[in-house]
Amino acid sequence: MRVLAAMSGGVDSAVAAARMVDAGHDVTGVHLALSSNPQSFRSGARGCCTLEDSRDARRAADVMGIPFYIWDLAERFRADVVEDFVAEYAAGRTPNPCLRCNEKIKFSAVLERALALGFDAVCTGHYARILDGPQGRELHRAVDPEKDQSYVLGVLTSEQLAHAIFPLGDTVKTDIRDEAERRGLAVARKPDSHDICFIADGDTAGFLRDQLGEAPGEVVDTSGEVIGEHDGTFGFTIGQRKGLRIGRPAPDGKPRYVLDISPVDRRVTVGSREELAVGEVVGSAPRWCGPAPVGVVECAAQFRAHGEPVPARAELVDDVLTVWFDVAQEGVAPGQAIVLYDGDRVIGSATIDRAHSPMIMNSSRAI
Amino acid sequence: MSERRVYVDHAATSPILPEVIEVVAETMATLGNPSSLHAAGRQARKLVEESRETVAAAFGAGPSEVVFTSGGTEADNLAVKGLYWSRRAADPRRVRILASAVEHHAVMDTVQWLGDAQGAEVEWLPVDRNGRLDLDAYSAAVRRDPESVALVAVMWANNEVGTVQPMGEITAVAHEHGIPVHSDAVQAAGQVPIDFSASGLDTVTISAHKLGGPIGVGALLVRRDVTLTPVQHGGGQERDVRSGTLDAPSFAGFATAARAATRDVEPHMRRLSRLRDRLADGVTAAVPDAIRNAAGARTLPGIAHFSFPGCTGDSLLLLLDAAGVYCSTGSACSVGVSRPSHVLLAMGIADDVAQASLRFSLGRTSTPEDVDAVIEAIGPAVERARAAGLVDATWKNNR
Repeated sequence: MRVLAAMSGGVDSAVAAARMVDAGHDVTGVHLALSSNPQSFRSGARGCCTLEDSRDARRAADVMGIPFYIWDLAERFRADVVEDFVAEYAAGRTPNPCLRCNEKIKFSAVLERALALGFDAVCTGHYARILDGPQGRELHRAVDPEKDQSYVLGVLTSEQLAHAIFPLGDTVKTDIRDEAERRGLAVARKPDSHDICFIADGDTAGFLRDQLGEAPGEVVDTSGEVIGEHDGTFGFTIGQRKGLRIGRPAPDGKPRYVLDISPVDRRVTVGSREELAVGEVVGSAPRWCGPAPVGVVECAAQFRAHGEPVPARAELVDDVLTVWFDVAQEGVAPGQAIVLYDGDRVIGSATIDRAHSPMIMNSSRAI
Repeated sequence: MSERRVYVDHAATSPILPEVIEVVAETMATLGNPSSLHAAGRQARKLVEESRETVAAAFGAGPSEVVFTSGGTEADNLAVKGLYWSRRAADPRRVRILASAVEHHAVMDTVQWLGDAQGAEVEWLPVDRNGRLDLDAYSAAVRRDPESVALVAVMWANNEVGTVQPMGEITAVAHEHGIPVHSDAVQAAGQVPIDFSASGLDTVTISAHKLGGPIGVGALLVRRDVTLTPVQHGGGQERDVRSGTLDAPSFAGFATAARAATRDVEPHMRRLSRLRDRLADGVTAAVPDAIRNAAGARTLPGIAHFSFPGCTGDSLLLLLDAAGVYCSTGSACSVGVSRPSHVLLAMGIADDVAQASLRFSLGRTSTPEDVDAVIEAIGPAVERARAAGLVDATWKNNR
């Protein structure tokens, strides 16, 4: 097979590419330049796509003796990931840019270009497994639960999965580092990147303030009483507890959480943990990693990247996905993906539009 | 992966000649610093001066006019900064630098730095569709205020599209007003005759590795009456303008290559031209809508430069590389994220067409079989690259 290996400059994608070479494939390495104005060096573990990362990727490709190129995808990344990220926050939602990047960049822009150039597949260092199932290729969780990235791949369709390879899904991270060392890859002990790659200093609120401008507003409680002020609704996420800048404690003395974000009237509503409870989620833009579910299906639902899957039932009606949790959940933020699992297998996902409290769920289900 | 290996990137670097390897290896074993006064030093010194005489003879210069450097980039830095600083020191009004818009980065970035950091007034001289200097615009720029011009820099021949500049006319205009002219002849040397004395130029850059010599050595030819302010200070070697221990083995390798490259330059040019025409005709036949750039100019015999609309040069390079054909999207120095070449943009070529470009460059080891392999590979590569280009075009249209 002719395989295009996306190489970030980190240890995972380097080992993934090396494993493809070992498997006898004709591998070409590509580093995706996603920033039009890359920084020279990484500062700490934050960010990626610096010139240093591209040199690390090139060096790894040279060590394994494969061709290596840099593909400039800055324009598409800006339009499809960064602008979407900013727009989602502006709308009071909490986006997941990694998921969007997989959907629109790695397994769309890059994959389509690769197929046109005569490659058969794109391989990445994601921790997830693709297994053959009775109805075709299936996306499964990685064996390393700490590193599993199936959540951010839950947007891939069967067509995309048909040309995707994740060589690391069967291995735990510590073994990958040891393997990189054995292979003579200098990135073996390079720190993992985390946070959002295009916000190098990790200051998401500062980044959004630069993009959107300050838009001060009020923090209110559920009775509508103003109990604080803020610089912009984009600084908040549903379920957030820290940094609310409320002057006085709640009457019951308990912590308060963000319940609702309303950019139109610049209002952030806070309340008790009990009020955070969600029983029903409605999502749009569903994506199925195999056949779409028919009728009400029992499944496990995960609604944030590092969250636990929880038992749920889901139903798809006209591209609108409704998910009912068996036990009410907290911290369900519109804009995040809700990914449905059958055991380790990813069924698919939708973007969360609305979350309803258990009471509403019960009343609506009574109909 | 193809087993074929076709090197059509001689403008990036040309294969080192076997006799050069022999000379360098042999002389590297010779002990002695050419600046030492004892016998070992004298022996090394002899090698340096013989090399200097050979390089001088190869390019029509006097031995004292050869300043050895670490290569073309250093020579360009020395010429541009050295001329600017010395001219401005002699007369503070001389702050203008006139340079062609198609210079190699070694000249362009040096000039720009003098503008950004040293107060120079930089004027980029326009070129026509074929990359040839606009002589009227150039003359007008000089005559607007000749007293304020520190130097003129125009390359002998362009490294991307191969256009040979009218150096005689350029030098004549500047010299009417006593303005020195620097020319980067890195790409021209060995492909067309270079006669430094006859050219009247004040400084000329030569690099060994484009002639079959080693990488890491070159020379600035400097007329005897031209004063340069040194860039690199130290022991005062090389006319006191380029300090640093003299690298006798590299100079000897350079000299060997220069002699070989210039002794039969006329028949070499004829052979290269025939090969290049075969390549250009074949590529045009395989891809009828390919655009041959600088087709209307006198160009170096070894360079054929094309734009393939609808492709990106990056995609073409990847596909040709996989097919065992080694060429370039432009100058090899602009690696990494590709940007449209400043040379092509200066020629008035649109951004997307500029990004769709490839340079094929031939040299002494090139054969008709190499050329035919390029012709065979280019059609399918363009077809695939266009399909890949369509992916991005579709995305843009859908936005």
